[in-house]
Amino acid sequence: MSISIPGDLRYSTSDEWVRTEGEEVVIGITDYAQDALGDVVYIELPAVGTVLTPGESFGVIESVKASSDLYAPIGGEVVAVNSDLEANQEPINQDPYGAGWLLRIRPSGEEEPLMDATAYAAYCEERAH
Amino acid sequence: MLKRTPLFATHVGMGARMVEFGGWEMPVQYSGIIDEHRAVRQGAGLFDISHMGRFMVRGPQAEAFLQYVATCNVAAITLGQANYGLLCQPDGGIVDDIFIYHLLDEYMVVVNASNRDKDWAWLQQHSAGFDVELEDRSERWAMLALQGPAAEQLLAQAEDSTTHDLTHLPFHGVALTTVFGQTALIARTGYTGEDGFELFFAAGAAPEMWQRLLALGDVKPCGLGSRDSLRFEPCLALYGHEISATINPYEARLGWVVKLDKGDFVGREALAAIKQAGPSRRLTGFELVGKGIARGDYAVHSVEGEPVGVVTTGMPSPTLGKPLGIALVPTALSSEGSAFEVIIRDRPVRARAVKMPFYKPRYKK
Repeated sequence: MSISIPGDLRYSTSDEWVRTEGEEVVIGITDYAQDALGDVVYIELPAVGTVLTPGESFGVIESVKASSDLYAPIGGEVVAVNSDLEANQEPINQDPYGAGWLLRIRPSGEEEPLMDATAYAAYCEERAH
Repeated sequence: MLKRTPLFATHVGMGARMVEFGGWEMPVQYSGIIDEHRAVRQGAGLFDISHMGRFMVRGPQAEAFLQYVATCNVAAITLGQANYGLLCQPDGGIVDDIFIYHLLDEYMVVVNASNRDKDWAWLQQHSAGFDVELEDRSERWAMLALQGPAAEQLLAQAEDSTTHDLTHLPFHGVALTTVFGQTALIARTGYTGEDGFELFFAAGAAPEMWQRLLALGDVKPCGLGSRDSLRFEPCLALYGHEISATINPYEARLGWVVKLDKGDFVGREALAAIKQAGPSRRLTGFELVGKGIARGDYAVHSVEGEPVGVVTTGMPSPTLGKPLGIALVPTALSSEGSAFEVIIRDRPVRARAVKMPFYKPRYKK
């Protein structure tokens, strides 16, 4: 099974991705994370206006088998959430870097240590046995 | 070192996701839990359950011995039939739940993988004074489960018999037949709430049998993830969750498996007293009124905020499309409509007791 890791994104150790779009950043979970979780059936995301600090748990994502915390890879104010996911979580599994995005954030400048695609690929490889 | 079934290399080669379960390295999923779950509800799925224990009990006092260690009435299991039973401790706590198959001049006892060593020791220990011989066939035989409404028609194609014996097999019936040239015991038993079969045959034949059964048609390879969600909906107990050494059969709503009037057996005295007094806590099904998903081991509080119980299993039900759970709560809270709170991530979420099972089994009887 091959995991998709786009070259233009940055990645957290808790398997979130970060894409810079002008003044804002979009975050989601990686292909590795969605594959490990299995079919996502439930997600809880913060309200628009919530201010996140890096490393803070901002929500929960659940599959049939497991429940998993979501952690903010960067700090900032939530300016949009992907509310389509409340009713249908399939995009998280089908298109984790596109339609499965989770939050749009106006960054505060504080960040967790993030990896580039090469480092993240090695990090995923390390965990596969 | 984790233990592996004769199909380990097959699972890995076919791309299954492997996990540790009860000391075994087993497939948790192939195509996905929901996909596999639906396949078994609507068509057919194939499971490797060779990690389970298979013990033979034979000798002049085989029946008397099993009557003494199990709670069910073994004398009522006729030749060629199987039945569900429990091994209980003297205090009524559950050692394991088991299936007893009555074969020609011997019984086969199938036990949970995680309890294999414990059960073997338990049976050995209690066999003192009985003229019986115990034999562990777990390594010699593989065990597969072909489950789902299409299982009968599919397996009939694999049976090397013009009389198609297995289509005549009654619910919980067991027979020796030949499947793809392999002599196999086939039983109409399972753990999914659907019609289906369990197959026992020589371990060395497992990879070929697995591939040929899958090639029969619409048969999905399935892992332990869907095995769990499939047993959860019809509320079939899982050891370590709904039943354990500290949970008795009446609390687990398995009083129907305890035959107090059959004569002496391990735990009888304690169980009679528990039945007489009525259990102080009991399993109940529940649905969440508030948002979230309850999981096993989450705490249950009364609506006043007092800790009163625990979730034994909880997950989003693939068939019913909503999160459901089973909890061990005070008897007063176990009746339909009772309200309590499940603590989900430090937050109380209102729950309402509902009837079990969530999904009515569709056995062919």
